[in-house]
Amino acid sequence: MQSGEARFAWFSLLPALLFFAIFVGFPVVYSFILSFSDWNMTSSTADWVGMANYTSLLGDEEFLRSLLQTTLFTIAITACILVFSLAAALLLDLKLRYIQVYRTILYFPAVTSMVAIGIVWVWMLDPEYGLINQLLRIVVIEGPLWLADPKMALPALVITAAWRNVGYFATIFLAGLQAIDLTYYEAARMDGAGAWDCFRRITLPLLRPTILFVVVMSVILSFQVFALVYVMTGGGPAGSTSVIVFYLYQQAFTYFRMGYASAVGYVLFVIVFVLTLVQFKLFGKQADA
Amino acid sequence: MKRPGMLRTRTGDDHSRLMLLVLQAILVAAAVITLLPYVWMVSSSFKSNADIISASIRLIPAHPILDNYVTALTREPVLRAILNSVVMAGGETLAVVLTSIFTAYPFARLHFRGRDTVFMLVLGAMMIPSQVTMIPTFMLMKWLGWIDTYQGLIVPRAVTPLGIFLMRQFLLTLPRELEEAALIDGCGRLRILLQICLPHLGPAAATLAIFTFTASWNEFFWPLIVVQSQEMQTIQMLIAALKQAEAADWGVIMAIITLSVFPTLLIYLVLQRYFVKGVAMSGIKG
Repeated sequence: MQSGEARFAWFSLLPALLFFAIFVGFPVVYSFILSFSDWNMTSSTADWVGMANYTSLLGDEEFLRSLLQTTLFTIAITACILVFSLAAALLLDLKLRYIQVYRTILYFPAVTSMVAIGIVWVWMLDPEYGLINQLLRIVVIEGPLWLADPKMALPALVITAAWRNVGYFATIFLAGLQAIDLTYYEAARMDGAGAWDCFRRITLPLLRPTILFVVVMSVILSFQVFALVYVMTGGGPAGSTSVIVFYLYQQAFTYFRMGYASAVGYVLFVIVFVLTLVQFKLFGKQADA
Repeated sequence: MKRPGMLRTRTGDDHSRLMLLVLQAILVAAAVITLLPYVWMVSSSFKSNADIISASIRLIPAHPILDNYVTALTREPVLRAILNSVVMAGGETLAVVLTSIFTAYPFARLHFRGRDTVFMLVLGAMMIPSQVTMIPTFMLMKWLGWIDTYQGLIVPRAVTPLGIFLMRQFLLTLPRELEEAALIDGCGRLRILLQICLPHLGPAAATLAIFTFTASWNEFFWPLIVVQSQEMQTIQMLIAALKQAEAADWGVIMAIITLSVFPTLLIYLVLQRYFVKGVAMSGIKG
């Protein structure tokens, strides 16, 4: 019976394993090999160039700039999410009338596409007729040019991404908050602890696994930001919003430099992987202490 | 909902009533900020070009018109793009739910050598950014002649580690006793899975289905790569292309975006409890 069970197990797993072999295993290996070649899709042959793609990436100013801008974007959006999503979750955890309505509304952006959000925000941020600058004019401030201003374009992307993601991560924080055993708070209150003490000494430490999950997810997602940049700025103005995946997409499907693009993909992979490991190490250690 | 939130601890006295009022005001502000872009989007879609280029803020159009929708539906291939998105999202959803059930069951219930290693490998696949696999997958699609086809859109996304993970978590919560009686009667595992487990998988399948459907409906990156003709464009691609082509025609663009946004919002509003469950499942267990 045990062997029959094993046979059924593998039989049942077979389609998925085949799938992963073809659509994950093969591409991962193949793009690794490609990243050492100069294949450009138009030529039928590809030459082995060794580490050349990787070494030229180190001197590629456009790439380094997009890496820097991706990092800035990631830090800004993750900070926004940690502050605003946690604050929103604490509010959504209150026992107020209509609280379910607020929970519902704040999740709306999470089920709306990045493309739609990006374009609606381009229109919101229109310097002349957009809602944002029109509202600013009421308080007699002339708003910036936003997406047309190389200094304000990346902040505008951060604002849009924050608007999209705060509600989603608030929902995750809320689930984490509701998993905390209430008796902790009851005991603390009996010892005379105030709301701030409770938050600092009970909520935050017990929420650490959720915080870790949120930070890891936010970093992974932000490092791979693409649709927002594609529809909102196309990397401009003057390259001020080019991010890694956008750069990779251009290399692969505008210039057809498949080998070079594969190297960019692997650099991205390694960065995301290392960042995730570091976060687990950092948070894991603190949780033990 | 019975649980008292921790900030509600001192609701009794007047001071905290004021506090509650402040907190409620912040919640209202958050809701308004969330809703404003939607209102602005819908409002613009009913405005004429003259009203759009107006110096005064009007969330409710002074002269609402339907022209933008008529233009959108007659001039642009919106209906075809929506059909493409429905086929892609529907096909992907069906595939993901089916493969997740069959793949999750052995991980949740059966004992065989290498089970945990294989499961870790499956979860590890989640760590790989799609940008790494994109170029070889694109080449594979070319080689198969699947560029500009529904199978090209659907098949490379037909199995997801997240789906397998969610389904396994759910299967683990089902009581084993359900299956034990059937096992003693000599039932095969396939029959047990189909006749005993499947009827209980409704809520989990629904959760996974609506997550997959909305994610696929909103997906942009992969369709952008595998679709090259206008006929096979998804709705997201059409919107993005319109914005590049005619930056000035905001009324029409907002009309098409409104049409594209409402299906997922509606699904969410009707099936909300499944979304909340899905978020909780993927978030906490991590």
